[in-house]
Amino acid sequence: MTTPLNRKIEIKDLSVRFGDAEALRGVTLDIAANEILSIIGPANSGKSTLLMAINRMIGRVPNVSVTGIIKLGGRDVNDFRDVEELRRKIGMVYAMPIPLPMSIRDNILFGPRLVKRLGKTASDELVEQTLRAAYLWDEVKDRLSTSAVKLSGGQQQRLCIARTLAVGPEVIMFDEPCSGLDPISTAKVEEAMKELKANHTLILVTNNTKQAARVGDRTAFLLMGKLIEVDRTERIFTAPRDKKTEEYVTGKFG
Amino acid sequence: MDRLISKLLFFAACSSTAILALIALFIFKEGVPIMIKSGLGHFIFGTVWQPLEGRFGIFPFIVGSIWVTIGALVLGVPFGVACAVFLAEFAPRSWVNFLKPAIELLAGIPSVVYGFMGVVWLAPLIRNYLGGPGLSILAASCVLAIMILPTIVGVSIDAIQAVPKTYKEGSLALGATQWQSTWRIILPAAKSGILAGVILGMGRAVGETMAVIMIAGNATQIPHSILDSVRTLTANIAMEMGFAVGEHRQALFATGVVLFFFIMILNSIALRFAKKKF
Amino acid sequence: MRIPPNITQNIARSLLFLATAAAVGILIFVIGFVLAGGLRHVSWSFLTGPIIDMGRSGGIFPAIIGTGLMILVAIGIAAPLGVASAIYLAEYTSVGRLTNAIRFGINCLSAVPSIIFGLFGFLLFVVMLGFGWSILSGGLSLAAMILPTIILTSEEALRSVPLQYRNVAASLGASRWQVVTKAVLPYAMPGILTGVILSIGRSMGETAVVIFTAGSAVQMPRSVFDSARTMAVHFYILAREGLSSDMAYATAAVLICAILVINISAYAMMHRLMRGRRTA
Repeated sequence: MTTPLNRKIEIKDLSVRFGDAEALRGVTLDIAANEILSIIGPANSGKSTLLMAINRMIGRVPNVSVTGIIKLGGRDVNDFRDVEELRRKIGMVYAMPIPLPMSIRDNILFGPRLVKRLGKTASDELVEQTLRAAYLWDEVKDRLSTSAVKLSGGQQQRLCIARTLAVGPEVIMFDEPCSGLDPISTAKVEEAMKELKANHTLILVTNNTKQAARVGDRTAFLLMGKLIEVDRTERIFTAPRDKKTEEYVTGKFG
Repeated sequence: MDRLISKLLFFAACSSTAILALIALFIFKEGVPIMIKSGLGHFIFGTVWQPLEGRFGIFPFIVGSIWVTIGALVLGVPFGVACAVFLAEFAPRSWVNFLKPAIELLAGIPSVVYGFMGVVWLAPLIRNYLGGPGLSILAASCVLAIMILPTIVGVSIDAIQAVPKTYKEGSLALGATQWQSTWRIILPAAKSGILAGVILGMGRAVGETMAVIMIAGNATQIPHSILDSVRTLTANIAMEMGFAVGEHRQALFATGVVLFFFIMILNSIALRFAKKKF
Repeated sequence: MRIPPNITQNIARSLLFLATAAAVGILIFVIGFVLAGGLRHVSWSFLTGPIIDMGRSGGIFPAIIGTGLMILVAIGIAAPLGVASAIYLAEYTSVGRLTNAIRFGINCLSAVPSIIFGLFGFLLFVVMLGFGWSILSGGLSLAAMILPTIILTSEEALRSVPLQYRNVAASLGASRWQVVTKAVLPYAMPGILTGVILSIGRSMGETAVVIFTAGSAVQMPRSVFDSARTMAVHFYILAREGLSSDMAYATAAVLICAILVINISAYAMMHRLMRGRRTA
């Protein structure tokens, strides 16, 4: 297994329990800066739980216990005094696009406005820059003040990416971002992800093994809360070391 | 900052409980001594209320409250449940949007207006056709039945709608009619929710004051028929508070203590039923 | 002989329909009865004139002002307190022994009859705190009475806001309080307002609470420390003491109209809210 040189996120022996149910068991995993790490695995294997542990959204769930260490840029995520600061560094895009019921512009400015007042020009620039990065600018530039709810599903998902970018995160996590989208919208979202790699670290949780193969630099395979294997994407899909990984990627189960 | 806000919100949330505790404290402090002085048994089961001679027996008022409430339930429950079943199971959607608010509006009409209607319209009707003084248990029960209707209808509709759809679909699939499914499957399943509504309505009937003062007649004796005039616990307090002093006033607060117990018991029972799931 | 099921069904349906129609009929009858008896005595000078000769003639302007001020006091206290309670219950806590105790308290308070609030307000505000029979005492007692309603409707409104809005806001770096103020409250506002408006209606029709805490002065109140009568109290006194049947009907008509307007606007708001939810 190749160890990435520039480690952005280090996860050591992470276990998560919801009450009596064990969701993650001793996961150890490093994520390099400027890579796309795909995380694959069948339903309920702990993929989303892993993301929630990284940005500490898991703390909003009652009865949860988390053990192990997660570091972001060498700093333990539990050392962030304000969890909000951590979450501004780690963006999150959900499976279903969730535009807030306000205008396109207000959606994008929602995050930045939480911390500071923004002038008109600064706002305009931020809106344009993030929408361009999310491959949405050309489609919505004439109707920035219309309700975001009126956009199509694919547009909404790209708006959610732009909204995440506006906060200026170092890491962006995608939780099955294309599960509700058609192939064309999916292609656009994947395009955006590849572009974002230049300045961000990306984690992509997906049910769709083909998407992992298309987008990921490396791929991790989770099964029933355990990390089975993580390696360069080509290896996982051509010559995995574990038999279960092979069975999963060739579609024998899952 | 966030910590402080969370503390403040917590204190706000405790305010209701604090008010409840204050209410209990004040009423009990004012009322309990006279109950002890005249003897709890004499106070509750005594049949003579002559406050100026120091005789405080509130049994007639307890009986009055119970009679009026039973009357309201007998008239109001079948009526209310029927409305709820119609609205939840049979009425077209567009009707419900109009009918449900209309029934809820019955609770918005001030109780003094109901009392007034009872005096100028219902009481003469009863006097002329059924006899008695008119201002009576029957008149009060009729008015209270209407006043508790929205409570019973609202809670019953919620209970009926909480029954899983699959129960009814299963029954319809076996060839039962809509009515058979409602009568044999849905109503039994919603029973405890409906009961919670009935008991909440009962609480409202026991606690209602102004309408009852106006139409129950307020006689201080134990009634013998539904055409007799009665005085309820609430009416006793409201009628005499204006001029009572000393022990007399304390006895009115003691009446409030008894009323408070009644309501809290009913409310606890209602909560028990509301929690039960099928 | 067994009656065929479809005939039973038709009979049952007709009876249920009749019951519902009767309920609505009663509503229309009550409103119609009062309006028919009262509207013709309502005039501009009735609405703006002083109460003369204990209400035998003149108008009801002091009672309108008294009602308005008392409701202002009541809502001014109960709305912030109630909404804050609801935010705590819906956003800041989950199940637990303490939360259950708080909920139990709210539930019990909502069941306390109005006459008890009257007794309590009389002891605490009128006598002990020395506010006397006044608009302030009346408003505070009303606030205690409507508090549970405002809490319960507000909590329901908060809970109807989709959970994902909270997650999105939190993932964008919003603090707990920012999640509430930016991503939850704006969308719960119509529901909260509906509860507040319904509470205004309930306060307006209430008699037992205010008669023992605000007194029944007929003069125009000059401050919240003055005694005043509400329209409902004025009507009660007119009707009970047989002072003037015409004036009683007229007062009732004004009261009913005000309550109709309040309730209908509350329902209109709720209706719009529901429709908005469906398209969102």
